Amino acid sequence: MRPAFGSVNEPRISENQLPPLSCSIIEHSGDMSRLIATIRLASNIFVPRLATRTFCTDAPEKLNDVPSGSHSNKEPNDDEGLPQHDIAIVGGGMVGMALACSLASMPLTKHLSIAIIDSNPALSNGPVIKKDDPPDPRVSTVTPATISLFKDIGAWEYVEQHRHAYFDKMQVWDYTGFGYTRYNARDADKDVLGCVVENKVLHKSLLSCLQNKDIKNTIYPTRLSSISLPTRSSVSSAGASASNISTKNLANLAKLDLSDGTNLYAKLVVGADGSKSRVRELAGIKTTGWNYSQSAVICTVEHPTENFCAWQRFLPAGPIALLPIGDNFSNIVWTMSPKDASNHKIMNEDDFVKAVNHALDFGHGPRPESRVFGGDVISSFFRPDVTSSVHERFEPPPKVLKLASDRMAFPLSLMHANQYASKRVVLIGDAAHTVHPLAGQGVNMGYGDVSSLLNVIADGVAVGSDIGEVTLLKKYEADRKTANITMMAVLDGFQKAYSVDFGPVNILRAAAFNGANVFAPLKRNIISYASGELRLPFLS
Amino acid sequence: MSRRMLSRSLYRLQNLSRSSGLSLHNSSIHSKHALLHNRPYANTPPRATSGSSLNQTELAKFAAIADSWWDADGPFKPLHVMNPARLAFLRSTLCRHFGKDPFSARPFEGLNFVDVGCGGGILSEPLARMGASVTGIDAVEKNMKIARLHADLDPVVSSIEYRCTTAENLVEEQMKFDALIASEVIEHVADPSEFCKSLSALTVSNGATVISTINRSLRAYATAIVAAEYILHWLPKGTHQWSSFLTPEELVLTLQRASISVEEMAGFAYDPLTGQWSLTDDIGVNFIAFGIKNSQ
Repeated sequence: MRPAFGSVNEPRISENQLPPLSCSIIEHSGDMSRLIATIRLASNIFVPRLATRTFCTDAPEKLNDVPSGSHSNKEPNDDEGLPQHDIAIVGGGMVGMALACSLASMPLTKHLSIAIIDSNPALSNGPVIKKDDPPDPRVSTVTPATISLFKDIGAWEYVEQHRHAYFDKMQVWDYTGFGYTRYNARDADKDVLGCVVENKVLHKSLLSCLQNKDIKNTIYPTRLSSISLPTRSSVSSAGASASNISTKNLANLAKLDLSDGTNLYAKLVVGADGSKSRVRELAGIKTTGWNYSQSAVICTVEHPTENFCAWQRFLPAGPIALLPIGDNFSNIVWTMSPKDASNHKIMNEDDFVKAVNHALDFGHGPRPESRVFGGDVISSFFRPDVTSSVHERFEPPPKVLKLASDRMAFPLSLMHANQYASKRVVLIGDAAHTVHPLAGQGVNMGYGDVSSLLNVIADGVAVGSDIGEVTLLKKYEADRKTANITMMAVLDGFQKAYSVDFGPVNILRAAAFNGANVFAPLKRNIISYASGELRLPFLS
Repeated sequence: MSRRMLSRSLYRLQNLSRSSGLSLHNSSIHSKHALLHNRPYANTPPRATSGSSLNQTELAKFAAIADSWWDADGPFKPLHVMNPARLAFLRSTLCRHFGKDPFSARPFEGLNFVDVGCGGGILSEPLARMGASVTGIDAVEKNMKIARLHADLDPVVSSIEYRCTTAENLVEEQMKFDALIASEVIEHVADPSEFCKSLSALTVSNGATVISTINRSLRAYATAIVAAEYILHWLPKGTHQWSSFLTPEELVLTLQRASISVEEMAGFAYDPLTGQWSLTDDIGVNFIAFGIKNSQ
């Protein structure tokens, strides 16, 4: 299991923060939409193709000129004039935008018309990210699997233009001083173990990528109020109202009501709206989960030299991780009790830096200088198969000099949706599952969802399926549920194993550390699993 | 039967009919013909008045469950679940035959297809989404009503033309199509040989014909009838008569006599773990054949 490092959900922008600019955009495009609505009435065939403009023809660099949905409020009965999309993605965060981009880059799915519903103003007029801005505390550790998804959709080149930090080494140890593990990318014949990127960079890269694609997509800068889903017996209900052909066409689609009064139709509604998903709630999908009585404190810190290693130390109250994010900056993800978290959030900067150094190095217990379980004996036993990093000595983590960002604290919980798919609705990312940030797998699980859903939709298009059909969407659910539940169980097990401070358990943990450090196949498996390339490490 | 065995037997059959001279050719066909007509179903049902190859009791059977065509968990569930595999075969063979881009979302744009025995339209709609202009025909009027209602729910497929008619009637109207699909139909018709002649008459020269059906094998009896109808209750009891199934060799011969040469065949395999069907080389139970009409 790869230790470390949280991907942190971006807090949603609340509705009263919707900037006046967005409203004026809607007004601005009103005339255009009315014109489009007229064309639609006349043609009645595959409306969305006519209705949307592409980014690249009208707004090559900036999103200020976002084509917004038409306002048909004055004719509430004339549903034919409402915009129709193939896919409505609710939530334009890191996962939702990745889905939009990946749909736009697959030959079989690039014709689909996509609506993105998100009131986050960054989608329409996000600030340019300056290279010398101090790093944002919200970062993600992306695995090689996620990097290859970004490369496939053409977004990685934008990430590389901004601050990011590859790391090829990882050191995990325990405050008791009994054991440590060093992972090296060479152990698994890889160049890197992962890359730490600020969430805003991931998001902006996906946005830039989407802007440069020639696809039909529309951003609705507002929020979802409600969804009307077709009933199960849509054939007979449509038969009853068969007199009106125009509404009959729409009876089988999902109708979305947005908070600014806009309505639209979609064949498939994708809930990418985070752990408090409105789509999940409206679709009536229940969840299972629990809160850990823990919070995470996150912030950016500066140290004297550049860092290329990810560090994680397990403390009695939870792990602290130090992640390189480029230049002389690193990110801290520190798990502790909610009370301590609020204290650490408000204490003065010098005390906080002192506490961080204490937690990372000399506090709580000694450095694991020597191998208590005779590492040499074990490694000689596995001699033919030991990894190169087994002889690497324990290294102390870099000393933190000062705080470089605000501190944020948030409670930790585990949540899993009982279903990922129902008729015309599918959940991805945090809307389907939230995990402990212990191993930085949260956003990577979300990107795993994106790859899977993309393939399922492409397969559906290839065989002419209705992309909102539940039999198709259940394939995505079957594909991802096993993978996600396995990962969640492993992370939850880790969390529980490390939340116990009891002698024998500590020794077992240390033995596991040392075992993982010297036994090459296990180490390779752990790295592959944490890289998102292996699905069931212990069954394979 | 393995694919290699099939292609060997296909090769043998073709050799028989091609190179061994007219007399042998005819005699082999006669014996096959006799075999087809000796099967019980061909005698029992009264022929439809229009000289159709349809079997009236079969029609009544389908009219009774027509309402549930689009219920993915209803009596037609096996067809829904098998649909992606059937369409994958159609997509790959027809894209290759018509030289279309397999990565296009609508590769069949500009081609007109006929779906014979289309039922509720569960194959016609995907074909229309893939760009074809589709005519769906079925002899059960109720099916056509259901199919029409359902197609009107999606503007992309509402262009499908559904007609309550038979292949024979379309032949009389001198209709011609680029490709013809008769999926899970031939085992329900009274006279497969006449039926294939009608199919051939409906396709343009060098046009494509795709037929899927169930093999008359012991395994098919065990799976398609005993398991699917009596144990798993996937299909209503009496949906299929084992004796009306055709073996791949019989289908190839029957089509050949109707000047359609079978170019490719595949079987369907069910994975009970995932509940999905996939294409395989094993044509022992469910199989699908792609043929081209010889240019005259």
